Amino acid sequence: MTKQRANWSPYDNNGGSCVAIAGADYCVIAADTRMSTGYNILSREYSKITKLADKCLMASSGFQADVKALQKHLAARHLIYQHQHNKQMSCPAMGQLLSNTLYYKRFFPYYSFNVLGGLDSEGKGCVYTYDAVGSYERVGYSSQGSGSTLIMPFLDNQLKSPSPLLLPAQDAVTPLSETEAVDLVKTVFASATERDIYTGDKLEIVVVNAEGIRREYMDLRKD
Amino acid sequence: MMKLDFSGLESASSHFHGVDSELVEGLSSAPSFEIPNTTNFDGFQKEAIQMVKPAKGTTTLAFIFKEGVMVAADSRASMGGYISSQSVKKIIEINPYMLGTMAGGAADCQFWHRNLGIKCRLHELANRRRISVTGASKLLANILYSYRGMGLSVGTMIAGWDETGPGLYYVDSEGGRLKGNRFSVGSGSPYAYGVLDSGYHYDMSVEEAAELARRAIYHATFRDGASGGVASVYHVGPNGWKKLSGDDVGELYYKYNPITPRMVEQEMAEAAEP
Repeated sequence: MTKQRANWSPYDNNGGSCVAIAGADYCVIAADTRMSTGYNILSREYSKITKLADKCLMASSGFQADVKALQKHLAARHLIYQHQHNKQMSCPAMGQLLSNTLYYKRFFPYYSFNVLGGLDSEGKGCVYTYDAVGSYERVGYSSQGSGSTLIMPFLDNQLKSPSPLLLPAQDAVTPLSETEAVDLVKTVFASATERDIYTGDKLEIVVVNAEGIRREYMDLRKD
Repeated sequence: MMKLDFSGLESASSHFHGVDSELVEGLSSAPSFEIPNTTNFDGFQKEAIQMVKPAKGTTTLAFIFKEGVMVAADSRASMGGYISSQSVKKIIEINPYMLGTMAGGAADCQFWHRNLGIKCRLHELANRRRISVTGASKLLANILYSYRGMGLSVGTMIAGWDETGPGLYYVDSEGGRLKGNRFSVGSGSPYAYGVLDSGYHYDMSVEEAAELARRAIYHATFRDGASGGVASVYHVGPNGWKKLSGDDVGELYYKYNPITPRMVEQEMAEAAEP
């Protein structure tokens, strides 16, 4: 008697790519706005970036239904934190909260590949990168999603900084200015759009700095 | 339905005492893991693990010697053939006198080591003394045993210095727990053992032991594609742990295999001859 196989999967992949780059006093978070399933495009204007706290944003690719559920969960937890502590959650605190939230679904994972970007309590840019079950690391830059294998090597080439594990420690701040970083992100997505079918339509860029949060859009190829 | 042991997560639920239960209903009624509603749990887990593809490639090692415990690891994380990170912290600082190493699933190791750190701190507060390495490793091993068969992937070493002196235990997700003097875990461990076993003496100095550990990791990263990045070396002494070095293994290659000017001139001379 053959084993019964499930004819339905609870997961789907809606594609898309996300990038985040941390600078000395800013952070750039970007994602394309295409949402697809299989070979079909469901939307050309779907935002994958969400604000979790005052200076903390999350960009997620993967299965957008799980992403939406995760965003709601984190927003609720942030509200409770604000009621209990009378202040906003810092980016490192939100980083650990996201890690724990993802791990609590270790046996039925959120199919969500996240990058968290924002400013730490000293005002320096910080980016955290995650896998689907919550392992995380603070890095200077990261990309996730269908185009990440195309984008990451390019970012390594342009931005690679000495590893934080080196001893004696070497300074690892991205030397780029804010405008240079935004230009880099635009270039990177233009290239990824050429070779990844799930990336394209429009690019949403969010910049966090001491003044606040600024949003920008750029058109990408729609094919 | 399956009953899981959630005592490992107990510390999380106390977070919400005193808060209106309506507000947090559904968020923390009991620390628990959601189980998918499926007839084929094992098959589902197999597929879920494929999706997550935990980082398995690694080299970690630890050994006890006269001056304490030496702990070393590489820093590469791979997902299948893709290198997802070259700067993963595989030596986890549980508390100022105890270290844990990471091999297997990155999220599993990170989460359970963080959980162990919390438990160790609670032990200190409840018993007004530090927890022993024996006790800490037993706490972790018991939790991992209760999740045996569920697909966790953890191959860790707990190294520390307590009242009885230096301590080293190997703990894995099959529920195994071994006390020992020398361990290496990960895909690069055979290479590391080769170097470690042939160079080991109980009465080495701290510098000699650090160099042995560094070399062992370097050789493993040289031959194992899934290991690489930065070789970190830590020492655990009577006053706690201290990070001794972090070297890029690419640069260690040239340190161990220097290009001598004579070699280059000889090659050039040979090439010039018809």
